[in-house]
Amino acid sequence: MGFKNYCFKKSLWVFHFGGASCNNCDIEILDCLTPRFDLERFGILLVGSIRHADVLLVNGIINHHDKDRLIEVYNQAPKPILVVAIGACGCTGGIFTDSYTFAGPVDKIIPVNAYVPGCPPKPEAIIAGIVKLAGG
Amino acid sequence: MAVNLFYFLVFPGLLFAAITGAFLSWFDRKITAMVQFRKGPPLLQPFYDFFKLLLVKETILPKQGSPLIFLLAPVFSAFGATMAGVFILLPLSNIATGFRGDLLVIFYLLTIPSFSYIIGALASANPLAAVGSSREMKLIISYEFTFLLFIAGIIMKCGQQFDLYSIIQAQQTSSPFIGSISGVLLFIVGIFCIQAKLALVPFDMPEAETEITEGIFIEYSGAAFALIKLTKYIMFFILPALLIALLMNGFRFNGFNILWAVLKLLAVVLALTLIRNTNPRIKIRQAIKFFALWMNLFAVIALVLIEFGY
Repeated sequence: MGFKNYCFKKSLWVFHFGGASCNNCDIEILDCLTPRFDLERFGILLVGSIRHADVLLVNGIINHHDKDRLIEVYNQAPKPILVVAIGACGCTGGIFTDSYTFAGPVDKIIPVNAYVPGCPPKPEAIIAGIVKLAGG
Repeated sequence: MAVNLFYFLVFPGLLFAAITGAFLSWFDRKITAMVQFRKGPPLLQPFYDFFKLLLVKETILPKQGSPLIFLLAPVFSAFGATMAGVFILLPLSNIATGFRGDLLVIFYLLTIPSFSYIIGALASANPLAAVGSSREMKLIISYEFTFLLFIAGIIMKCGQQFDLYSIIQAQQTSSPFIGSISGVLLFIVGIFCIQAKLALVPFDMPEAETEITEGIFIEYSGAAFALIKLTKYIMFFILPALLIALLMNGFRFNGFNILWAVLKLLAVVLALTLIRNTNPRIKIRQAIKFFALWMNLFAVIALVLIEFGY
């Protein structure tokens, strides 16, 4: 398991699922891939298809429309997959907790491996979360 | 028999071509990162990617479509690339095993990966994969004739020799073909054909990530996608090697010439990477026009120049 696990942690390919987000977290996630922060030095790539993904980044609140789609995307992913909830909305629901469109935080719908709170989290915080995910 | 198996599996074949190709693919990503003022991935990144896909990830089969053909297509593509690699790399490492006409065999073997991608993508019953495979078909139609003209130019240039070994020998006894006007024109044509064969950025419409989300590879995961990665690594080594064999007098493995061989390989890959990093993705119509009009024109001019001895 040691070698397999090492290869897995060294090459995390990221698929980005944006829920009903205000787009701030999306921008911060894209910031991580820009030259200033450069997540590719940890082997992290943004992939277009969920079939290639190792990490599912979820941000924004999950409303009733998104819920089915999130479950569908999670079921379509090939299976060791790590789920990261980004931002206050992804972790808890944030200020939208009492909204009638809110279908529950991400960890009530699919299992979550890491939480990166913040509104929006800084790119440094996202990188720290992913390094912790890759390290442990 | 044992020697042939060794050729296929270890030295110029699967293992050697895959490892060299993986390092070249790291080089490509590192240069891309440097062009974009980034730091880039670590040296062993292609190996991590490959072993992660092969050993860790689950392979998902399509519910509709044909799972058997879906799984066989990557095997065929890896096989075709390895066979082409053996035919290209044996003459390159100065082992005279070629036969008269092996250049045409190489030409056909090099199309097997693209055809396998098309078959596999169509077997996955995904609409985006179907769009990707139709684009790949159009791309093959557009570059294949140009590639044939390119090979015809090389054959004319060395006096109707049809096998790779004599072409390399003809260059090593006199001078490399790239040192003439027609050679330079053929190099330009060849490098764009390779760019299209590798589906690198100006011609990456079959697997456009942002547009049709990896297109022909959209349904592949796990070990099947690892085989596709392997094919890509092998192709990333053997196509520049073919260009070096045809135009830049091949490799010589004695003393100082090893460094020279590595430098030639890195220079061709650097040219491919810089083209990839300084161009946007073009539409399939533009790609067909580019090859059918401009690259064919270049190739025909080169053929005429060769006829008059330039």
